[in-house]
Amino acid sequence: MTLEVSDLRVYYRTLRGDVRALDGPTFTVADGEIMGLAGESGSGKSTLSKSLIRLDGRMRYIGGSVTLDGDEMPIWDDRAMDEFRYKRVSIIPQYAMSAMNPTRKIGKMIAELLESRGVRFRDVRDELHRRLELVELERDVLDRYPLELSGGMKQRTVMVISTLLNPSLLIADEVTSALDVSTQRAVAETLVEFRDREFVKSMIVVTHDISLVYQIADTIMVMYGGRLAEKASAKTIIEMPKHPYTKMLLDSLPEVGVKYEDKRLSGIPGSPPGLLNPPQGCRFRDRCPLADKQCLEQPPFVEVESDHHVACWKAE
Amino acid sequence: MLKFDRVTKVYKVGAFGGGEFTAVRDASFEVRPGEVVSLIGESGSGKSTLGKMALRIASVSKGKITCDGIDVSTLRGHRALKDYYRKVQGVFQDPFSSYNPIFKADRVFSMIREEYYPEVSQSEWQDRVAEALKVVRLDPNQVLGKYPHQLSGGQLQRMLLARALLLDIDYLVADEVISMLDASTRIDVLNLLADLKARGMGILFVTHDLALGNYISDQTVILYKGEIVERGVTEKVFSDPRHPYTKKLFASVPQFHKKWEEVEAELRAKEAADTSTHPYHLEEGQEVPSELVQVSEGHYVQPFHRRAAV
Repeated sequence: MTLEVSDLRVYYRTLRGDVRALDGPTFTVADGEIMGLAGESGSGKSTLSKSLIRLDGRMRYIGGSVTLDGDEMPIWDDRAMDEFRYKRVSIIPQYAMSAMNPTRKIGKMIAELLESRGVRFRDVRDELHRRLELVELERDVLDRYPLELSGGMKQRTVMVISTLLNPSLLIADEVTSALDVSTQRAVAETLVEFRDREFVKSMIVVTHDISLVYQIADTIMVMYGGRLAEKASAKTIIEMPKHPYTKMLLDSLPEVGVKYEDKRLSGIPGSPPGLLNPPQGCRFRDRCPLADKQCLEQPPFVEVESDHHVACWKAE
Repeated sequence: MLKFDRVTKVYKVGAFGGGEFTAVRDASFEVRPGEVVSLIGESGSGKSTLGKMALRIASVSKGKITCDGIDVSTLRGHRALKDYYRKVQGVFQDPFSSYNPIFKADRVFSMIREEYYPEVSQSEWQDRVAEALKVVRLDPNQVLGKYPHQLSGGQLQRMLLARALLLDIDYLVADEVISMLDASTRIDVLNLLADLKARGMGILFVTHDLALGNYISDQTVILYKGEIVERGVTEKVFSDPRHPYTKKLFASVPQFHKKWEEVEAELRAKEAADTSTHPYHLEEGQEVPSELVQVSEGHYVQPFHRRAAV
């Protein structure tokens, strides 16, 4: 198992109290698994991915554990995380377009980054060149400033930089959402190739676009209101979802070929719960057509079929 | 009818405006009342520029845009423009930047009243606002008297549509109106546009998302680098794409139930099966003309070189 997360709780500090953005997910990511992490804004998906890399000033570690390749990651300790960060767990940030230092040539920036991690640039230069070639970039991008590259080129450069030290776990945070459809596909397929070539062992692909993640992921995990709703193979989630939220979410997405006149889709009424004082029990309760008294108690995230986990009392 | 007739837009670029950049070239299509036309293209394809020209936010360099027979670039003076905006309005991508954050969000309604309906009494105006909010399925108690930051993106976007309803407009330019909204509320705004269409409104729906375009539109226009490469009845364009760019676009859209490879294999097989030469196939060395060629009734494509790669 590459990654084991157990009852992880990370809250945001605000003047009015704690926002319970990540409230106790427990899951694993297997060796070589590409897991799609889907959810709407406020579902906790970004908080989860950030927690595995670095807690920012507003985030507070409350409890739970994260284990990477059998070693516990001290995510509450910024310094101690340096051992893991970039070398064993790495991230492709959401705004890769602006992730690079605009005042440095890309090659120099990479050299500085590596030195700060105690790796000599000379030792990895050849590998860097090979990988740039793989994503169809000229070697001379290293002598250019980020400004001189197009959005897609910057995205690919950041992908190469993030995975240069062969981390066990790579988190790709909304990497395709700012790109055009054809570039989107190229980037998504590069992620798969990186896994196949074992540049990274496992991957979490965070996205709000389930149809995109279906194309590349082995498994999909759906989050809602800071908790896990469902996890199963990509095929199962799309074809036989069990959680009402997953079902309704999928039903609200228009597919190519579906016309308004033939099949009127409907959204999910209501809005996601505020997490400052989240409602008791199942957090989807207010918007769920199946909810009853039992849902006042929080449903556990359990395996209902082999490799199919759901947190819902009503999932048969 | 909102008619685009060989519309071209050239931007001046460079330090002293010495360079030129053609954002849109010779685009012709029309939006009829009660019809949704989706304008699909990637960033830089000129799709937003076309919408902006119809709203007179950008000027037309060549060709003309007419609204019910009147050339929009000839409109001069406050009065003429005021009458024009009574008929044509736009809603844009980012609902948060469409509002002034220091004022309450419902100011967009009172501004309409001051400008267009000063004679309407307060109580009647309130009724009209309530009616418009009902059409866009908003609860007046939840949205009136609030600041933009207190409302969700979907609510703000719907309020802008309600504002358009108060003006009783004929045409709406909807530029990426739902791309910033969450998946579960997106479809509601889309359905709302379909309802407005049923009330006789003509909608120019600008998007980069093929699935959304297909869901509500009657006509589809595919733009590539400022030129229309294919247009026509939505069903025809979607079931039988001809231009290499349209095909590439279709093969790149992530779908459920079908993986990219399958979609691509299908398109390839279809292409291999079709060995006949069509009037829209160009000879080697022939230049691409600006006129589109008819594929079948109501389906047009820009001629292309058979083996051209996009």
